[in-house]
Amino acid sequence: MGNKIIELKGVTKNFGEQQVLKGIDLNIYENEFLTLLGPSGCGKTTTLRIIAGFDEPSQGQVLFNGIEISKLPPYKREVNTVFQKYALFPFLNVYDNVAFGLNIKKVDKSIIAQKVSKVLKLVGLEGFEKRDVTLLSGGQQQRVAIARALVNEPKVLLLDEPLGALDAKLRKEMQIELKKIQKEVGITFIFVTHDQEEALSMSDTVVVMNEGIIQQIGTPVDIYNEPENRFVADFIGESNIIEAVMLRDCLVQFDGFQFECVDKGFKDEEEVEVVLRPEDIDIVKPENAKITGVVKSLVFKGVHHEIVVQTKYRDYLIHTTDYFEVGLAVGLSFGPEDIHVMYKMDY
Amino acid sequence: MKYFRNLVKPYIIWSFLMIVVPLLLIVLYSVTTGGNSLVNIQFTLDNFGKIAEPIYLAVFIRSFKIGLITVLICFFMGYPLAYMIARFSEKVQSVLILVVTIPMWINMLLRTYAWISLLSDNGIINSFLVSLGFEPVTMMYTDFAVAVGLVCDFLPFMVIPIHTSLSKIDKSLIEAAYDLGANRVQTFFRVVFKLSLPGVINGVIMTFLLAISSFVIPKLLGGGQYMLIGNLIENQFISVGDWNFGSAISLLLAVVILFLIHLMKKMDPDETEEG
Amino acid sequence: MKKSRIFSYIYIGICFAFFYLPILVTMVFSFNSSKSLTKFTGFSLKWYGELLADGEIMKAVYVSVSVAIIATIVSTILGTVTAIGLSKNRKVVKEWILNINNIPIMNPEIVTAIGLMILFSSLKITKGYVTMLLAHIIFCTPYVITSVYPKVRSLDPNLANAAMDLGATPFQALTKVIIPMIKEGIYAGVLLSFTMSFDDFVISYFVTGNGVQNISIIVYNMTKRINPTINALSTIVILVLVITILIVNLVPMMIKKTKEKQRNEKAC
Repeated sequence: MGNKIIELKGVTKNFGEQQVLKGIDLNIYENEFLTLLGPSGCGKTTTLRIIAGFDEPSQGQVLFNGIEISKLPPYKREVNTVFQKYALFPFLNVYDNVAFGLNIKKVDKSIIAQKVSKVLKLVGLEGFEKRDVTLLSGGQQQRVAIARALVNEPKVLLLDEPLGALDAKLRKEMQIELKKIQKEVGITFIFVTHDQEEALSMSDTVVVMNEGIIQQIGTPVDIYNEPENRFVADFIGESNIIEAVMLRDCLVQFDGFQFECVDKGFKDEEEVEVVLRPEDIDIVKPENAKITGVVKSLVFKGVHHEIVVQTKYRDYLIHTTDYFEVGLAVGLSFGPEDIHVMYKMDY
Repeated sequence: MKYFRNLVKPYIIWSFLMIVVPLLLIVLYSVTTGGNSLVNIQFTLDNFGKIAEPIYLAVFIRSFKIGLITVLICFFMGYPLAYMIARFSEKVQSVLILVVTIPMWINMLLRTYAWISLLSDNGIINSFLVSLGFEPVTMMYTDFAVAVGLVCDFLPFMVIPIHTSLSKIDKSLIEAAYDLGANRVQTFFRVVFKLSLPGVINGVIMTFLLAISSFVIPKLLGGGQYMLIGNLIENQFISVGDWNFGSAISLLLAVVILFLIHLMKKMDPDETEEG
Repeated sequence: MKKSRIFSYIYIGICFAFFYLPILVTMVFSFNSSKSLTKFTGFSLKWYGELLADGEIMKAVYVSVSVAIIATIVSTILGTVTAIGLSKNRKVVKEWILNINNIPIMNPEIVTAIGLMILFSSLKITKGYVTMLLAHIIFCTPYVITSVYPKVRSLDPNLANAAMDLGATPFQALTKVIIPMIKEGIYAGVLLSFTMSFDDFVISYFVTGNGVQNISIIVYNMTKRINPTINALSTIVILVLVITILIVNLVPMMIKKTKEKQRNEKAC
C-alpha cells in the first residue's frame, strides 16, 4: 500500500444529546478503494461529511497528508464529493455542472473545455454537454456527478451511497464502472454504502461500522471469512451464529460436541461465538455427522436451495445445490477451516 | 450545517422591534390611561369596559351583521362559481382563476372609487333606471352599498379556497357515488360538498374577518356616519384621540381574528400536515 | 349536459362582470370629454392632461412608486436572506420566527397600522415619507419570507454543500447556487411586495404625515369631490398592474411549454 493520505484520530461527533461517532481511528491510503459499510445511522455518512468538511468533529483530529484539517472549510480541501442524490445544479446543463468547480477557480476557458471533455469521455458521456441535467436518467446523472467531482483532480473522492437510487441492474453496471474509473484516475475513493455485497465486490478495504464504532477493518475476504464479532458476521452475508466455548487452541465446543478448528489465541474455557456460513455446511447421512436433525423447509433460490435443518439446539441455515425432502433426517458436516471463532460481544 | 445559520439574526432583531414591540405597545395602551404620552400612565381595565357601552356595542353588532351578510352572499355567489370553474379543463381553469385573482391585485381604493360612480344618486345605474322610466333608487350610504363593495372585494377570497378543495377531489369518488346509486343531487351533497368543506371553512373565515376589519369600504360607500369596528378604531386614533380605547378595541379585534385563523388552520388537514 | 354548460357560461359571465364592470366604467369615463360620470359625451385625453398637470397627484404617484421600489428591494433582500438562514436553524428557532412573521399577514391591517403608529410616536419619529417606507418594509418582508421559504425548504440541502465541495465560498454558494434555485420564490416575493406596497392604503394612512400622500391616500381624500382625473389615474395604474400580472403568469406557462416540448422531442 501507498502512503497514508487521511488519518482520523479519536474522532467523535455529537448532535445535541446524541453521540453518533464514538471515537473513530482510521487510516486511509493513497490509491485505495475504501468502503465504509454499516446499517443506516451507524455514523458512516457523518464520517464522510467530516472528511469532506461539512461537519466538524466534536473531538479528535483529521489529518490530510499529515496536516490537521478538521477546521478547514470544505472549499479549501483537496477532496470532492459525489452526493447521495447527486446534488446536480438543475439550472445548469451538463457542461456547466461539470465546469462549476473550475469556473469558481477562474481557470482559463480553453483549459476548462479540455478538462471537461476529457472527464466526460472518462465517464462515458461524450456529446451530452448541452443536455439539461434534469432530463437525464438516474445513471447518467450519476455519471455527471462523478465527472463534476473528478474534473477538479481531487486527491480523494468521497462517494455517499451514490448507487442507492439506481435499479439493481444499473447498480451492478455502475459498480464495475466505478472500479474501472478509480483504477484509471489512480486516486483514493472513500465509498459509503449499506449494501454488503456492493462493499465486498468493489473495495480494497472494508470498514464495518455500527453505532458510531468501527467493528472491523479488513479486506473483503478477511471480513467475510474472519468476522471479528457477531455484528460483522450477521451483517456480512447470511450466517449461523452459535454460542460456544473455546476449550483450548484449535478446539471448540458447541451443541454438545467438540470440534477441531483453526483458531488460536483465545483464553482456555473462554465463551465465544462461532460463525458457520450456510454454504460451508454439507448435508450428509445422519450416521456420518455429529450434529443431526430434520429438514424443516426448503426454498428454491435459483442457483441453490435454501434449507433450514432443525436440530436439538437450533435451526441451521444451509445453502446447497442438492435437493432434500422436507422431513428427511440428515446430518450436518463441516471442516475445521469452516468454523470461524469470534470474540463474544457484550450486549 | 453551520453556514448561513446566522443569516436570520438581522430579521430576529428587526421583527422583534417592528412586529412584537408594536403589539406590546397596543397591549400597554389598552390597559392604561394617560393619553398619548407614556409619562403618567395608570393601569386600568376601563377601556375594555367602555366597549360594552351601547353606542360602541352597536358598532360591534353592526360589524358582525355586515360580516355575516358578506359571508353569506360570498358563499352563495362564490360556491357555484368555484364549482363551475372546477368543471373546466385544467388549462381553462387556470385562466379563469387568474381572472378571479386579478382584482385582488388592483388597488382597493380605486375599485371602491369605481363603485361610487356606479351607485351614486345620479350615477350610472340610476341614470340607466331613469332612462327605462323607473324611479331612481338611493344606494349610496346604505347597507346595500357597503355589502356590494365588500362582496366585490372579498369574493375571490371565497372562490379560490373552495376551488382549490374542489379541484383536489378525486374524480373516482364521484364515480363511485354514482356507481353506488346516488343521483347527481345526492352525490353533490353527500360527497362533493363534504370534500370541499375545508375550502368552504377557509373561505368563510377569510371573508368574515376581512369584512369585519375593513374600514375603507364602509367609509367610502357607507358614508362618514357608517361605523364598523375599523372605523371606530380610526376615529379613536385620528379624530377623538383616545388611543387607549382605540388600542383596546384593536386588541379585541386582533384576538378574535387570530383565534378564528387558528380555528381554520386546525380544521384544514393540509395546513396541519405542514411543519 | 349542454344546457348546464350554457348556464355555467352565463353565471361565470355575470360574476366576472361584477368584478370588472366598475373597473371598465372607470376606464371608459377616463376618456370622457366632459366632467359627467354618467354620460359619455365624446372621446378625449383631457383628463390625462390634467392628471399630468396636477402637481399634488404627481407627487403622490412619485411617493407610491418610490416607496414601492425601495420597500420591495429592501424587503426582498431581508426576506430572502432570512428564508435561507431559517432552513439551517433548529426547529424551535424556525417556528418562533415563522410565527412572528405570520403576525402581520394574519392581523387585520388596521391593527398593524395603529401598532406602527404608536411605535413611531413613542420613538418620536416624525411621521412622513420615512415612516411610510419603514412601515412598508415591515409588512412586505413577511410576504417575501412566506414565498421564498418553501422554495428553500424544498432544496436538496446538499446543493450548497456540493458548491462548497467544488471550491465555492459560502457567499459564492449563495449567489451561484441557492439564489438561482429559489429565484421563482424571490420573483413571487418581489411581485407580492411591490403590489402590496403600491396598493396599500390602511397602513400608509396611519403612519404618514406632513402632507406626504401616496396614490391611495389621495384617492381617499378626493372621493368627496368626484374628479375624472382620478379615473385617468386609475386607468393607468390598473393597466400597468394587469399587464405586469399577465406577463408574470403567462411567461412561466410558456417556459413550461417549451420545456415540455423539449422533453417530448427527446422521448421520440
